[in-house]
Amino acid sequence: MQAAGCMVKGGCTVSENLLEARNLTKYFPVTKGLIFLKRIGAIRAVDGISFTIHRGETFGLVGESGCGKTTTSRLILLLEEPTSGTILFGEKDISQMSRSEFNHYRASVQAVFQDPYSSLNPRMKVGSIIAEPIVINDNLRLKEIRDRVASLLGVVGLRKDANELYPHEFSGGQRQRIAIARALAPAPSLIILDEPVSALDVSIRAQIMNLLRDIQMKMHTSFLLIAHDLAVVKHMSKRIGVMYLGKLVEVAESEELYSHPAHPYTQALLSAALPSHPDIARDVIILPGEVPSPLNPPAGCRFHPRCFRSAAICSQQVPPLKEIGPGHLVACSLYS
Amino acid sequence: MISKDNILEVQDLKTYFYTSRGVVKAVDGVSFALKRGETLGLVGESGCGKSITCFSLIRLVPRPAGRIVGGRVLFEGEDLLTKSEKEMTRIRGRRITMILQDPMMSLNPLFTIGEQVAEPIRIHQKLGKLEVWEKVKEMLRLVHIPSPEVRMREYPHQMSGGMRQRISGAMTLSCQPDILIADEPTTALDVTIQAQFISLLKEIQQQAKLSMIVVTHDFGIVARICDRVAVMYAGKLVESAVTRELFNNPIHPYTIALLNSVPKMEVKVDRLYSIEGQPPELHALPPGCSFSPRCPDVKEVCLKDYPPQKEIKLGHYASCWLHG
Repeated sequence: MQAAGCMVKGGCTVSENLLEARNLTKYFPVTKGLIFLKRIGAIRAVDGISFTIHRGETFGLVGESGCGKTTTSRLILLLEEPTSGTILFGEKDISQMSRSEFNHYRASVQAVFQDPYSSLNPRMKVGSIIAEPIVINDNLRLKEIRDRVASLLGVVGLRKDANELYPHEFSGGQRQRIAIARALAPAPSLIILDEPVSALDVSIRAQIMNLLRDIQMKMHTSFLLIAHDLAVVKHMSKRIGVMYLGKLVEVAESEELYSHPAHPYTQALLSAALPSHPDIARDVIILPGEVPSPLNPPAGCRFHPRCFRSAAICSQQVPPLKEIGPGHLVACSLYS
Repeated sequence: MISKDNILEVQDLKTYFYTSRGVVKAVDGVSFALKRGETLGLVGESGCGKSITCFSLIRLVPRPAGRIVGGRVLFEGEDLLTKSEKEMTRIRGRRITMILQDPMMSLNPLFTIGEQVAEPIRIHQKLGKLEVWEKVKEMLRLVHIPSPEVRMREYPHQMSGGMRQRISGAMTLSCQPDILIADEPTTALDVTIQAQFISLLKEIQQQAKLSMIVVTHDFGIVARICDRVAVMYAGKLVESAVTRELFNNPIHPYTIALLNSVPKMEVKVDRLYSIEGQPPELHALPPGCSFSPRCPDVKEVCLKDYPPQKEIKLGHYASCWLHG
């Protein structure tokens, strides 16, 4: 019922694509000096990536630390301004939006962060934490707000009287439920999940993953899932993008990506994932060295210094993202 | 009782913390043995007492709140708990060493890598200055640090996370220990760096015939490197077996639930199996079996008495009323 509400409320056209990033780029300037800041370079955190998030689906972003997946989510959340590139929300460029459309965008895109201990204000009661986005975005009466908070607590599986308590009175898993309730409060169409379970205990992770899945089924919310645990990403996502050093190197449906990884980095990453049973013996591709600095990324394909299949062309040409099968995109010179 | 194959035997170890909120039984009657050259996995969730068990083995329990109140830790037949502090210093860092989770915390930011790797060598081995530096270089090469001559003059902040963890590996291995305790050694590392570090650990273990205890919450690490595995819950060992046996025939409902609640890359499921509730507070444990409030197959006896440890199959132990 809330998903339908969103579509009418925003007046956005009903299409397959909820959000599209086109050539999204974010450079962080690196400066020197105390008063006369001199620009000596830029960290290319996100360097021209394009992807789409469909309605009601989970799009997973995987990659190792520093690959730019969190910066990508911060760009979508408008916490950073892109250096270049556009974000289209329901086919509308968010930089061209009117004030009311812009406010609607802010309400429609919510986030759940990794650490439920630092993402909830310790001085606010749970009821106020969940009510805050409703108070800001909707003009509702006190009674209606209370009802909404009560129903949200029910959705995330917390007791009704939880709204009178403070965050410290809850365990990590319950706090993550509170954070999810807060994200759901303005009836968003997209929730960014930045490592939503990695800070939780193993037995609690399954509870939260099941809850997120139920919410998506019920409310048709899209998720952008950022995680480093490959099994978690596969379990939750319909499509997955693999990032390396600010670039998207491969995008595919999750089954396809895990059964036929095309990019050498994806192959190495999947081979390095820990097995779920001692009898599963994978040939682990051990990559030499470490991820280079985004301050001075390698020329050509950024992965070529560590790649086990690199050729002469790899150090000269930046391979574009090309379709090698239905919905399977790869940026690698091996496939051109 | 004491077998020649066992380099370490832990019997009924109890470590309690005396706090204002009551006595926290962090380790409550844990017994296990570590065979020579074997890798034992100690698995459990945060707060189950797996790290405190390891700290108890080398008598580094946080004082004054924590105290080892009972049990024996037999290292090559000698009880470490009755040794003097002076004797302990000769064992700790030399014969039994430890790698911690966060390499940034275990390295001193004010000293160069070389000085830090040299420290245990200087303390435990009588070597000349030049010999020490040669040894440091050799150790750094062993853990695959490129150009060790340059790197040993640098500081921890100049290294990446994976390199720092390898350096703490070099520190712990420099005195050729008999037992290496690795407490969540790869949790802070990225997937591909984790693979590098695990293959390094395996390689070194085979070369040096090390016995290892690997503390982890991740069954994937167990599956990859451990020969045997022990599962802990609320301060007690609930099940232990050879790794393959535990994965194939888990007995304790907690082990079964843990194994099933982890998503697997190889199998697709719609919903994950999940255990309701959360681990109990260690200062207010439920009577009977600590897992009983969350157990799907709870019986009346589970609420009254803690189940004794039984050998269900050869080498497969479990504490559960459902069996035996």
